[in-house]
Amino acid sequence: MATRAASGKRKAGLPAEDRCREIVAKMMLIRRFEERAGEMYAKAKIGGFLHLCIGEEAAIVGATDALRDSDYLMSTYREHGQAIARGTSPNAVMAELFGKRDGCSGGRGGSMHLFDYERRFLGGYGIVGGNLPLAAGVALASDYRGEDDVMLCMFGDGATNQGTFGETMNLAALWSLPVVFMVINNQFGMGTALERHSAVTDLSKKAEGFGVPGRQCDGMDVLDTHRVVADAVRCAREERKPQLVEAVTYRFRGHSMADPEEYRTKEEVEEWRKRDPIATFGKQLVDAGVLDDEGLEKLDQEAVETVDEAVKFADKSPFPDLASLYDHVYSYGEQVKGWYTVDERSPGTHPGERERDAPQIAHDLAEAGAAYAGEQPSRGAADKEQEEESG
Amino acid sequence: MPEMRYREALNEALREEMEADESVFLMGEDIGVFQGAFKVTKGLLEEFGERRVRDTPISENTIVGMGVGSAMVGLRPVVELMTVNFSLLAMDQIVNHAAAVRYMFGGQVSCPLVIRMPGGAGHQLGPTHSHSFEAWYLHVPGLLVAVPSTPADAKGLLKAAIRDDNPVIFIEHETLYGQKGEVPENGGPARFGEAAIRREGDDVTIVGISRMAVTAAKAAETLSSEHEIEAELIDPRTLRPLDMDTIVESVKKTNRAVIAEEGWPHGGVGANLAALIQEQAFDYLDSPVLRVTGADVPMPYSKPLEQAAFPHEEHVVQAALATFRDV
Repeated sequence: MATRAASGKRKAGLPAEDRCREIVAKMMLIRRFEERAGEMYAKAKIGGFLHLCIGEEAAIVGATDALRDSDYLMSTYREHGQAIARGTSPNAVMAELFGKRDGCSGGRGGSMHLFDYERRFLGGYGIVGGNLPLAAGVALASDYRGEDDVMLCMFGDGATNQGTFGETMNLAALWSLPVVFMVINNQFGMGTALERHSAVTDLSKKAEGFGVPGRQCDGMDVLDTHRVVADAVRCAREERKPQLVEAVTYRFRGHSMADPEEYRTKEEVEEWRKRDPIATFGKQLVDAGVLDDEGLEKLDQEAVETVDEAVKFADKSPFPDLASLYDHVYSYGEQVKGWYTVDERSPGTHPGERERDAPQIAHDLAEAGAAYAGEQPSRGAADKEQEEESG
Repeated sequence: MPEMRYREALNEALREEMEADESVFLMGEDIGVFQGAFKVTKGLLEEFGERRVRDTPISENTIVGMGVGSAMVGLRPVVELMTVNFSLLAMDQIVNHAAAVRYMFGGQVSCPLVIRMPGGAGHQLGPTHSHSFEAWYLHVPGLLVAVPSTPADAKGLLKAAIRDDNPVIFIEHETLYGQKGEVPENGGPARFGEAAIRREGDDVTIVGISRMAVTAAKAAETLSSEHEIEAELIDPRTLRPLDMDTIVESVKKTNRAVIAEEGWPHGGVGANLAALIQEQAFDYLDSPVLRVTGADVPMPYSKPLEQAAFPHEEHVVQAALATFRDV
C-alpha cells in the first residue's frame, strides 16, 4: 500500500528515498513469492492452475502504488502480485494457494480467486474479461454514493477481444464512472501472440471508439507506470472520465505451469529479460546512490525470508473443515436460514429450521451411497486425520 | 383487499422498496423513458430520477455484471432483462459471478442482486423470446429462484427478493402481466420457500409452476366437476428454496402426483421434482409421478404451433387421470 508519509531525500527523477526502497522491496517480494509458488507447485503443494506474474512486477507495483487505501482494485487470475502489492499478507496468499483455511479466500478460490475486502482488493477472476463489468459496477456504487473512490481494473491483452470489453467501456463512458481500465499487455493471450489475436495491436487505442481515451506506459518501468496510472486515476477521480492504460510488459514464465512455451523463442524471452523490471529499477537506485548493491541484497534477503515464513504458515494452516463445505453458498437471513433450506434433497428439513438435524433417513441414504445425504461419518474421520497430520 | 394487475403489483413492490431503501436502484433496457417493455417500471423514472432508474444499452452480460459489482460493495440493484432468453447473454455473470462470489471469496462479500425477467410462451414471440428457463437457474447453487403466479405473490416475493442478501432470479410470466388479483394493502414481503396450497383435495397432488399454477387450477375444477376427482393444487412460488415439505405431505395424502411446467422435459423442473418425490415419498405413491411439460422444441411462432408447444388445461387433466390407471 502506498505510504504517502514516506520521508527522505529525493534524487532527481526518483521518488523520495524511502519510497524507492519500498517500491523495489515490494517488487522483490512479488518475484520471490512467485518463484517459490512455482516450486511449491512442482512439489504438488499447490493444485490446479498456477499463473505467475514474473516479469510484470513493475506494471503491478507502479499501478497499485497510484491508489489511495480507499480505492478499489480488481485483477485477473494472474493476481498474486496484485494482492501482495495491495497489502494482503503473503501468508494468506500462500495459504490460499495451498487450499488452506487461513487462505485469503478461505481455501475456496485458490490461486485464481484471491480476495481481500479489507484492503479493497476485490478479487482475482478466472473468466477472461469477466471482471470488467464487475469493476464498472463497483465504480457505479462509488459514484452512486457520492464517494470519490476509484476502481482500478486490470486485465490482460486477451480480454480486449471479449464482448465485455466493448460493453463495459461504453457504459463506463456513458455514465461517467470513476474507473481506470488497465490492460497488462504481456504480449500473449495464453499461447496466442498479440498480433495473432488482435487486429489492433496498439491496445491503448482499442477503447477510443467507445469514448474511453487510452494511453500507454512502459510496463517494465515502475516509475513510468506509476506516473501514467496516477494521472489516469486523477482523471477518473476528479473529471469522472474513465481511462484506459496499456502497460506494455512481458511475462517471463509460461502462461501457467502447464505451458511448454512452444509459441515463442528462448531468444525472445532473453531479449525481454534484459529489461527485467527489478534489475532495471535496482540499477537506477544504485546509480543514484539511493542504495548500494549490499542494500539491494539485504532487501532481497528480507523478501526471501518473508516468503519462507509464508510457506511455513501455509504448511501449518489446516485444510478447511469438511463440515464447512456448504458455508458461504448463501447469505443467511430471513429467507435462507441455512444451506439446508435451499438443498431439498435431504428429507425432513424445513424452511426456518435453526439447526440442521439430519433425520435417520438421510443417514440411511448416506449409508446406501447417496453422495449428498447429510453428514457422512467417513468424511468426518478423514477430516480429523487431516487435522492431526497438520497439527 | 384491492385488486390490481400483476404488473401493477410488481411496480408497487419496486416503488415501495425504493422509497424504503436508498441503496435500491433499477437498471435495464428501456425501463426508464420507455417505462419497461411490459410497463412494469411505469412512472418510476419520473418519481425517482435517472440516478435510481437507469436506462442501459443492450449489453446484458455487462448490465448483470455491473449489478453484481455494485451489490458486492453494498448496493441493492434490481436488474430487468427484457426476456428470459436474453438472460442467456448474461449467463456468465449470473453463474460465474453472481452465484459464486460469496462462496469463492470465502464469505467476504454478499450479492444482494435481483434479476427480473419475463418468460413463457403465448404471445407468438417465437424461438428467441418466449422460453421457460426456470430449470437452468434452479440448477445453480448460490441463486434463489422465484416464479410468482399471482399479483399478490408478484408483489410479496419481489419485496422479499429485494431485501434478501442473495442473488435472486425473478421470473415473471409474460402472459400474466395483465392478470388481476387481490393484493393485501400494505402487504409485507412474502416468504421464499413457502408453497401455497391453492386448492385442497385428497385424490391427486398437482404442482403447477409459474403460469401452470393458473392452468392447473382450471384443470382441477374440471377434474372435480367432470371426473369426481379432487385435486390438491400446490404452487411452490419459489423453486430455490423449494417447499418440499408441503409437497411431500400432500403426496402422502393423495398418493399421486402430477407436475405441470412450461419448460422442456429433459432436465426440467418436473424431472427434478419427480426425483425428489420418489426419494422422499416412494412408499406412498400409487402411481408413477407424471410430468406435463412444454414440447421438446424451440418455441415456434405460428399461433397453432405455439399453442401446441406449451401445456393447457386438458393436458393436466389427462395426466391426472392417468395416475388413476391401473399400473
